[in-house]
Amino acid sequence: MSPKTLYDKIWDAHLVHEESDGTSLLYIDRHLVHEVTSPQAFEGLRMTGRTVRAPEKTTAVPDHNVPTSLDRAKGIEDEMSRIQVEALRQNAKDFGVEMYDVDDIRQGIVHIIGPEQGLTQPGMTIVCGDSHTATHGAFGALAHGIGTSEVEHVLATQTLIQKKSKNMKVEVNGQLAPGVTAKDITLSVIGKTGTAGGTGYVIEYMGEAIRTLSMEGRMTVCNMAIEGGARAGLIAPDEKTFAYVKGRPHAPKAGNWELALAYWKTLFTDKGAHFDAEVILDAAEIAPVVTWGTSPEDVLPITGTVPAPEDFEGGKVEAARRSLDYMGLTPGQKLSEVEIDTVFIGSCTNGRIEDLREVAKIMEGRKVKDGLRAMIVPGSGLVRAQAEEEGIAQILQEAGFDWRMAGCSMCLGMNPDQLAPGERCASTSNRNFEGRQGRGGRTHLLSPGMAAAAAITGRLTDVREIV
Amino acid sequence: MEKFTKIEGVAAPLPMVNVDTDMIIPKQFLKTIKRTGLGANLFDEMRFNQDGTEIESFVLNQPAYRNAQVLVAGDNFGCGSSREHAPWALLDFGIRVVIAPSFADIFFNNCFKNGILPIILPQEDVDKLMDDAQRGANAVLTVDLETQTIQGPDGGSISFEVDPFKKECLLGGLDDIGLTLKNETKIGAFEAEYASRAPWL
Ligand code: SF4
Repeated sequence: MSPKTLYDKIWDAHLVHEESDGTSLLYIDRHLVHEVTSPQAFEGLRMTGRTVRAPEKTTAVPDHNVPTSLDRAKGIEDEMSRIQVEALRQNAKDFGVEMYDVDDIRQGIVHIIGPEQGLTQPGMTIVCGDSHTATHGAFGALAHGIGTSEVEHVLATQTLIQKKSKNMKVEVNGQLAPGVTAKDITLSVIGKTGTAGGTGYVIEYMGEAIRTLSMEGRMTVCNMAIEGGARAGLIAPDEKTFAYVKGRPHAPKAGNWELALAYWKTLFTDKGAHFDAEVILDAAEIAPVVTWGTSPEDVLPITGTVPAPEDFEGGKVEAARRSLDYMGLTPGQKLSEVEIDTVFIGSCTNGRIEDLREVAKIMEGRKVKDGLRAMIVPGSGLVRAQAEEEGIAQILQEAGFDWRMAGCSMCLGMNPDQLAPGERCASTSNRNFEGRQGRGGRTHLLSPGMAAAAAITGRLTDVREIV
Repeated sequence: MEKFTKIEGVAAPLPMVNVDTDMIIPKQFLKTIKRTGLGANLFDEMRFNQDGTEIESFVLNQPAYRNAQVLVAGDNFGCGSSREHAPWALLDFGIRVVIAPSFADIFFNNCFKNGILPIILPQEDVDKLMDDAQRGANAVLTVDLETQTIQGPDGGSISFEVDPFKKECLLGGLDDIGLTLKNETKIGAFEAEYASRAPWL
C-alpha cells in the first residue's frame, strides 16, 4: 500500500461513496451547532419534512449572541439575539439534539466545549457551521467549517458532499524562545503564507515545536488554519492527546477505550507520504508578534515598525493603504509605541485555562493601567470555574480585569461587548477585519501574554520586557 | 434553489483583495433566523454612513450599478467566516455572479448552494473584466453557464472552468440533500460496517 498522510487516512476511513469526478460523500462523526448559523437549516428540515438522521451525533450550544454579564440568567435584552437563542432551544428540543443552555456550566464557545466534553476525538470527522471548527484538528480529527446549507445536509444525512483537498505540511522545527507561544507560531505561519496560501489544502502541522505544545497550544495553532485559507489543520495525536481525552464525559469508556486507542495510534502520516506543498519554519526565529492591519496576514514582530503601502505589491498596496487609514497608523511608527484603549482576552483561539494561567502569571502583583478597559471572557463555564478554583480569577480581578461569563463576546461583538469607533484593542482573538469587534474598532491580534503586557503598559508591548 | 443558466447584467467593479465576509455582511445582521432580506445590508459598513445615509462613492450606490448582477473583485474574495449570510445577502441584492482570481473555500461552496456562480479567472482576464466593469451601465456582461463563457460589452468572449457536478446542480437548481438521499442505502451500509470497525463511536 502506498504511504498515506494523516489526512488521507481519515478521509479514506469516512468515504461513503465517490463519483468518477471525485465528488465524494463523507461520513460525519460529530456535528456541533450554534445559534447563528443553524436556524435556517432546521427551518429547511421542517419545510421539507425531513428529520435529523443521528441526533446523538449532534450537540448544540449558544455562544455568539449570549451576554457575558454576570446577571445574564435574567435573560437576553437584545430581542434579535434572544429570538436566535430561543430558536436554538426549540430546534434542539424538537429534533432531539443535546444542548448546553446558557445556565448550564458546560455552556461555552462551541470549539472549546467540544474538546472539553470529549466530543472531539482523534480520527473523527467534525463539522460545524463555523469557520474555526479547524480548532478540533489539534486532536488529529478532520474538522472544518461549513455553511448553513451544509449544516442542513449533515443534519438530514450525517454526510457531507466534498472533494478531497490537497496535502500541505507545515513543519516548525526546534524550540520556541521564552515568551513565544502557539499564537505566535500560527500568526507567523499566516504571515508567511498569506491568508490565501492554504486555499485548497488541508494542513498538517508537525515538527518539534508543535509536538512540544500542550493540547491547548495545539488548539490555538489549528484554530487559525482557516485564517491561512486552509480547509482544515491537523496535528497527529500522541500520548498528550490520549491523556487529554481520557475520562472526559463523551470519551470512549472502559473496554472501548482500548479499541479506540489502538486505532488512534495508527493515525500519523506514513514515512514517504506525499505532500503537495511544504512550509518549513525555525521555531527559534519566531518572535512575539502583533498584527498592524486588517488582515491576519498583516503580522510583524513586536520589535518592528508599521510598514508603508509601497512595501507591498499588486492589490496589496491599496489594501495596505486602506488598512493603515482604518487603523490610524503611520508608516515607520514603532509597533511598541502604539497606545491601546482596550484589552480583550478570550475567544476560541485563546480562551482556555492555559491561556488564563499565562495571563495570571504575568499579572500577579501588577495592575491594569489606569483608564484602560480590560476584560477576560473564559471560553466556557468550566474554564471559568476552574480558574476560580485555581485562584486565577482572583489574581485577574485584583489586577483590574473585568471577569465575565463564557461566550464569544468581543471576538465578534454580536453581544453587547463591542469596540466603539476608533477604539483600539489588544485582542487574543483571531480576526482583525474592519468592524470585526465593533464598527470602526481597531484590532491588534496577539498572544495572551502579549495582551497582559499591553494591559500593564497601555501600549503594544514586548512581553519579554515584562517577565 | 433558483436555477442558473444564463445571466445578462451589469457588472460592478470592486477592485479590492481579501474582501471578507464581515465586510459583505457585518455581524449585526446575522441575528436573523431567515435567509431573505439581507440585501438591504450587503456591504453595510462600506455602503452606509453610521446615520444610515449612503456613502456616494461606494460602487453599488452609484446609479449605474444599483442593479448590478455581476461583481468583479480581487484575490481571496469571501475570506473569513463560514456565514452563508454572505451569499444570501449578495443574492438578495441581485448579484448572481462573482468573478475573482481566487475565492476562499467555504464562501465558494456556499455560493453554489444558493444559485450564485463564483468564477475563478486568471488575473489578466479579471483585469480586463474590471476595465469593462468600470464603464458603468454599459458594462453589461453575459455569463452563460451551459457554454461556460463570459461575453463582454465589446463582443469578446472568455471561457471559464466549473466543477461538473456543481454545474449540473446549478443548471438544474437541484437540491443537494435530495441527491444525497438517493444514496441512502449506501449511507446505511457504511454505518453498519463502521459500527463494527469503530464501536466506541
Ligand atoms: S470565539 Fe470568535 S472565532 Fe471563535 S467561534 Fe466565537 S466568534 Fe467565532
